[in-house]
Amino acid sequence: MTEEKKKQLLRRLKSGADLNKFMADYYYELDAAVKSGSHKIAWCTSVGPAELLRGMGFLTYFPETHSAMLGTTRMATDLIPTANAMGYSPEICSYLTADIGAFVKGVTPLSRAFKGIESPPRPDVLVYNTNQCRDVQDWFMWYGAKFNVPVYGIQTHRSIGDIPDSHVASIAAQIEALVEPLEKVAGQKLDMSEFKQTVALSRECSDLWEKCLSTAAAKPAPLTFFDATTLMGPAVVGRGTQKAVDTYRLLLEELEGRVSTGTGALENPEKFRLYWDGMPVWGRLSMHSNLFAELNANVIASTYCSSWIFSALDGEKPFESMARAYTELFITRDEAYKEKYIRGKLDFFGCDGIIYHNSRTCPNNTNCLYGMPQRLAESTGIPFVTIDGDLNDLRCLSDEQTKTNIEAFIEQLDEMK
Amino acid sequence: MTQSTSKSDTRVTEGPVYVGVDVGSSHTKVAVIDADEKLIGHMVKKSGVDFSATADHCLSVALEKAGADLSRISHVVSTGYGRHNVTYAASNRTELGCHAKGSFFYFPEAITIVDIGGQDNKVIKLDAHGRRTGFKMNRKCAAGTGAFLEEMSLRLDIPLPDMDTLARRATDVVQIGSYCTVFSATEVLEHIRHGKRVENIIKGLFLSVIRRIMEMDTLTDQVVMTGGVVAHNPYLVELAAEQIGRKILVPPHPQLAGAIGAALYAKEEKNDPETGIHGQAKT
Repeated sequence: MTEEKKKQLLRRLKSGADLNKFMADYYYELDAAVKSGSHKIAWCTSVGPAELLRGMGFLTYFPETHSAMLGTTRMATDLIPTANAMGYSPEICSYLTADIGAFVKGVTPLSRAFKGIESPPRPDVLVYNTNQCRDVQDWFMWYGAKFNVPVYGIQTHRSIGDIPDSHVASIAAQIEALVEPLEKVAGQKLDMSEFKQTVALSRECSDLWEKCLSTAAAKPAPLTFFDATTLMGPAVVGRGTQKAVDTYRLLLEELEGRVSTGTGALENPEKFRLYWDGMPVWGRLSMHSNLFAELNANVIASTYCSSWIFSALDGEKPFESMARAYTELFITRDEAYKEKYIRGKLDFFGCDGIIYHNSRTCPNNTNCLYGMPQRLAESTGIPFVTIDGDLNDLRCLSDEQTKTNIEAFIEQLDEMK
Repeated sequence: MTQSTSKSDTRVTEGPVYVGVDVGSSHTKVAVIDADEKLIGHMVKKSGVDFSATADHCLSVALEKAGADLSRISHVVSTGYGRHNVTYAASNRTELGCHAKGSFFYFPEAITIVDIGGQDNKVIKLDAHGRRTGFKMNRKCAAGTGAFLEEMSLRLDIPLPDMDTLARRATDVVQIGSYCTVFSATEVLEHIRHGKRVENIIKGLFLSVIRRIMEMDTLTDQVVMTGGVVAHNPYLVELAAEQIGRKILVPPHPQLAGAIGAALYAKEEKNDPETGIHGQAKT
């Protein structure tokens, strides 16, 4: 099949261009700030306390997004061994190893994507939250030592079911405790009004992103998981800004337009609707997207892209609501919660099957290691397949085996229809 | 192992024939069936480096054995890792689907199929109607595959075809514990150094293959074993039956299960395209 024909399998979203511009503007703003010294730069984990940092006037950079770019550009696999040789195991987060490898090698995909940008913005402070994993802590500590800048962290409760007020209070206290040291770095006091407004905007962004993802409940779905992994950029790096809100309004308009006209993301009729659990394989987004489209299958929803929905955020209660929002994430929860969550998604989106990505270096974002696929299949009757791979390290991947697994799974679903 | 044809194999048949081509990572298998779904010709040959040429060669030989020629081919379905390299196939399907089809043909009941291939293992579960209800493939490494035994035959300097006979002569079992083929080879060398009998080591290797498979999935219902390793090592099937504590069924041509399944799909697609399961048409 020719490349040209493959491209015709999927309908591109026009607002993809707006999203690209958003990301370009974001990185150029960071780069300009470093060069001019106009703003202090804070590095933040992807589900870290970004609103507080913005509220204090920092421009905020997210190394995980940089690592995902290392993945999509397929630079990561060449850079990970550098970090491995430094003592960072091939078994740990390949975001971490790829990013540190890139730093040591002095390369960045930013310079390829955005002319004039030569490196990620130098941080004045790094702030992490262990709500997603402990690797982010080690990652940020390495940079803190390298740049000789302070590193602050929030230690979140893990594997939790119901979230008691005491948990929320303890996290809120940790966030509040960041204010004083961050004020010293920022050289300015926290403007509570600005902070509240940022939290409110972040909530608005989150709500819009959730609405965008929810349009995939329509049959046919107007977007794919693979679209969403890149469309979610503003929800990660831009939450708390008016620009992110405006960008998602346009995206939602386009998606709702597709729904109203019955236009799906696939050119062909959407025969199978799938759920993706786990990280994307960043270096194979296009390949996987086409693979499913060729089989008239659409991966319409995912745990991953829903991870930037923070419905608890409330501008009137910024510390407490941030504590709750960043604690009630899927990734921090216990197995019972996770099962219920995925069951809810399968039902809402009307999925025929589940793809579990067993991501070698990201056990925290991998949910097929403790019998959950079997339990969910038993309780829902929805079949699953597991593919072995990784988010960034393509050494952990067999394309042929992935392809065979996916094709066989679609054959299985076809037999069951 | 290459199966050659001879003049005595050839005969003249009539009517349309349906062809299944299974281009595996290790061997290419071609099965030719007639309108009554009777296997009338087949060929097995190492896949080598030119899948397309090997598939061509296997087809010629299998047709000759079937007493047929190209003009009688009604439909061809390819399967296996090299399924996209079969230029003369009308469509292709995964080896999981074809092994399921081929196995259910011989054992039409709810079955769990264990296929031990050259480079991967499959556990496929079928309901009483032959529909797949789930499947597993081995993970990234060679543990429990034909490649594992091939590597060990090299290390032990024992021809692969001799391993089954030697394993039967074992008086004890040497335990091989590692997942990893390289680590297992180290274990084997260690046992040789300690003077363990090679027969006992080989039996240990067979049991290692079986353990790797039993770790993949629960073996429910009636178990059927297929694949080249099964075809050439019947003692391994006996050991597997001992391990799971019940009888294991093996089709008449275990190495051809995928090719026969593909041939059955070829007939189904040709004769009943609406109900035939939907292979991917060649593009």
